[in-house]
Amino acid sequence: MKRNNILVGILLLALYLIVELGIRTGIIEPFQQVNLFLMGINIILAVSLNLIVGFTGQLALGHAGFMAVGAYVSAVLTLKLGQPYLLAIFAGAFAALIMGIIIGLPTLRLKGDYLAIATLGFGEIIRGIIVNIDYIGGAAGINGIPKYTNWTWLYLFTLFTIFAVKNFVNSTHGRACIAIRDNEIAAETMGINTTYYKVLAFSLGAFFAGIAGALYAHYFFLIQPVTFSMQKSFDALVMVVFGGLGSITGSILAAIAVTFLNAALINLGALRMVIYAMLLVIIMVFRPQGLLGTKEFTFRTLLRLKERGTANAKD
Amino acid sequence: MLRTERLTRTFGGLAAVSNLDLNLRQGELVGLIGPNGAGKTTVFNLLTGVYHPSSGDIIFENESLVGHKPFQITAKGLARTFQNIRLFESLSVLENVKIALHWHSRYSLFSALFRLKGFYAGEEKMTAEALRLLELFNLDHKKDELAKNLPYGEQRRLEIVRAIAAKPKILLLDEPAAGMNPQETQDLMALIQKVRKLFNLTILLIEHDMSLVMGICERIYVLDYGKVIAQGTPAEIKNNKRVIEAYLGEEA
Amino acid sequence: METFIAQLLNGLSLGSIYALIALGYTMVYGIIQLINFAHGEVLMIGAYAGYFAVTILKLNFFAALLFAMVVSALFGMIIERIAYKPLRRSTRLAVLITAIGVSLFLQNGGLQVFGTDYISFPQAIPRVTYKFLDGNVTITSHQILILLVTIAMMLILQYIVQKTKIGKAMRAVSYDKDAALLMGIDVDSVISVTFALGSALAAVAGVLLGMYYQTIHPLMGVMPGLKAFVAAVLGGIGIIPGAMAGGFLLGIIEALVSGYWSTTFRDVVVFGLLILILIVKPVGLLGKDTREKV
Repeated sequence: MKRNNILVGILLLALYLIVELGIRTGIIEPFQQVNLFLMGINIILAVSLNLIVGFTGQLALGHAGFMAVGAYVSAVLTLKLGQPYLLAIFAGAFAALIMGIIIGLPTLRLKGDYLAIATLGFGEIIRGIIVNIDYIGGAAGINGIPKYTNWTWLYLFTLFTIFAVKNFVNSTHGRACIAIRDNEIAAETMGINTTYYKVLAFSLGAFFAGIAGALYAHYFFLIQPVTFSMQKSFDALVMVVFGGLGSITGSILAAIAVTFLNAALINLGALRMVIYAMLLVIIMVFRPQGLLGTKEFTFRTLLRLKERGTANAKD
Repeated sequence: MLRTERLTRTFGGLAAVSNLDLNLRQGELVGLIGPNGAGKTTVFNLLTGVYHPSSGDIIFENESLVGHKPFQITAKGLARTFQNIRLFESLSVLENVKIALHWHSRYSLFSALFRLKGFYAGEEKMTAEALRLLELFNLDHKKDELAKNLPYGEQRRLEIVRAIAAKPKILLLDEPAAGMNPQETQDLMALIQKVRKLFNLTILLIEHDMSLVMGICERIYVLDYGKVIAQGTPAEIKNNKRVIEAYLGEEA
Repeated sequence: METFIAQLLNGLSLGSIYALIALGYTMVYGIIQLINFAHGEVLMIGAYAGYFAVTILKLNFFAALLFAMVVSALFGMIIERIAYKPLRRSTRLAVLITAIGVSLFLQNGGLQVFGTDYISFPQAIPRVTYKFLDGNVTITSHQILILLVTIAMMLILQYIVQKTKIGKAMRAVSYDKDAALLMGIDVDSVISVTFALGSALAAVAGVLLGMYYQTIHPLMGVMPGLKAFVAAVLGGIGIIPGAMAGGFLLGIIEALVSGYWSTTFRDVVVFGLLILILIVKPVGLLGKDTREKV
């Protein structure tokens, strides 16, 4: 157990150093860098949305709205109020968390179907409000946000998200959420305060979406209400479903794959989403738990696959 | 210990339960029987807060349960099983039991997120307690299997373990013997007697299997169309004319 | 007072379109408890069908309307068969995600096939503006047509649901699917017919929207679709008169907000209203309380 942790630590550090070196030496080109940053942000979005949709079973479609809150709050803090970046990130994240509680409390008491629409509507409310505030640029958005997000920040916060969500779902609190997904009525008669846990998962997910927004704002230095449209929420959902409802590693792999695909299919225009949408339906019809399901991709599964491979080779 | 006063629940004008007066004394094992659709499960749903009564009251240890949420009622000491098994399918047997331990043994969210001491200590304590209960029901060797992969009889047993893990004072069993063969039913009866003594439980039991009800219950309520039509000892119930007409007659 | 009447008239015509869309949501929800996210896209397809019927087939307004209804009805039925039917026994979550998938598929497929430009919608009847109250209040011939068509559609729908055999079957299925099956009702075809009816109404809404805004676009169904869902929830989801009332009410509220406050706050108010209903009266204005069977 302990030795495994050390191994993971070394691998993660190595990955950090290799990419850092690649960026410094220019081996990783600017276009690839952009995709690398999008990948990190997508991982954060997918993993945090999986906490809500995959682990707790609540279909929320307002992730882009929380991302917008994080982006705008952090941008105002750094650009207009001259606050340090770290503070701005956490302020953005906490603002999104509070929004999560405000929106979650009334809607999560209800059955899942309403939640989907209510959160979609909420995303639109956020955008509608932003458009109407001149202080943050209205529809034109905020320009010239300092470009603070570098590889180190991105990497740290991506890891922070992954490990926090992983620790959460593997604790008694995360189990409570999974119990709600599996059977809400049984969960509440076994002493689980279902409303509390639904709101908790929802607002925690919002918290991390807020972080993603802050990272985004301070990398692309321009944010506009249209950046955080429904389409962004759907993108995150696509990643969660592809990877598996209830699999963190699945979400990570799917976020990486979708980022690559997006870059490769950039010239296809709308056809790209046509393909994703079709895959979404096909996966739901034939494998409703998503590709990895609730399974996690670990070293052990890798070994097992290898064993199976050699066993098959012998046959 | 637990009593209902003129408890009524209507669905769209139809009374599923009407003016029900139940009374459970400390340590009793009471049966609730009646033909299909008599309102038995509705009574359980009312007692555990899944449904709210249309009128009437539920008093548990001199306190009304009406208006409380199911998890609050469980915390006060009522736990139940379900007629149609409701396990947490994607969780392991051990984790299913740990869910029920959550209320009494949970540790802070903060220590969970950052893997602090409280997390390790809390998990260890919960695992030990869950294992102890699983051993008692001879399910410990299956602790890592997914609940949905258990055979039917063991799923029913797991439901009982899970309910007991919630540390109830009163245990509500909804058709625990449904789908079991006579041998399994016999084992179940012994098991119910055992846990009752071990955990000092008061038990209310819905059951169709007459041999089980007559065999272990000390008192029986007979429900028909949401109303109590008879109550008494098994012997009294067996000879009650209205009961025979409404219920036992069906099978004769 | 004049502004109020003018906005009321605006609200009535927009609201009647919402009502038509909301009817489709509510009927489908009443029968299979599914939010058909693709409903707004069925509307878009109806609008394009109407457009092609007028421009290429040279049909008159009413023939084009009928053509659009048929095309959308077929589309609705196909969507149900391909995407929703295989999931009849799946979790709610899987079905909802599928519905979103279908919606995204049609939106982006529309962008791919019809292009990303707005195209102007042919004027079915000459646009005449009638003025009254000293010219302070105006109403256009299009607004009158929208209202008349909507009312006609609602009457036809009421007739089908209340008086015909298939309508009775629909009500039976929405009341208790299993019991309906036992009574010998072919539940699958009832579901198909429900989708067809709802989709045909969406097509009408699509054509009317095209007239109202004078343009159509592959994403034109997204917002009206969402808002009509809000209308359905407002009136009480699953209840046909509720959808009608909710649609009109929402249209009027929207028009009043635009008229007295600001158009940019319109959407905020609509979705804020949704959240408000969900807090205060989640079953909707005409709804009744139900709970999952345990």
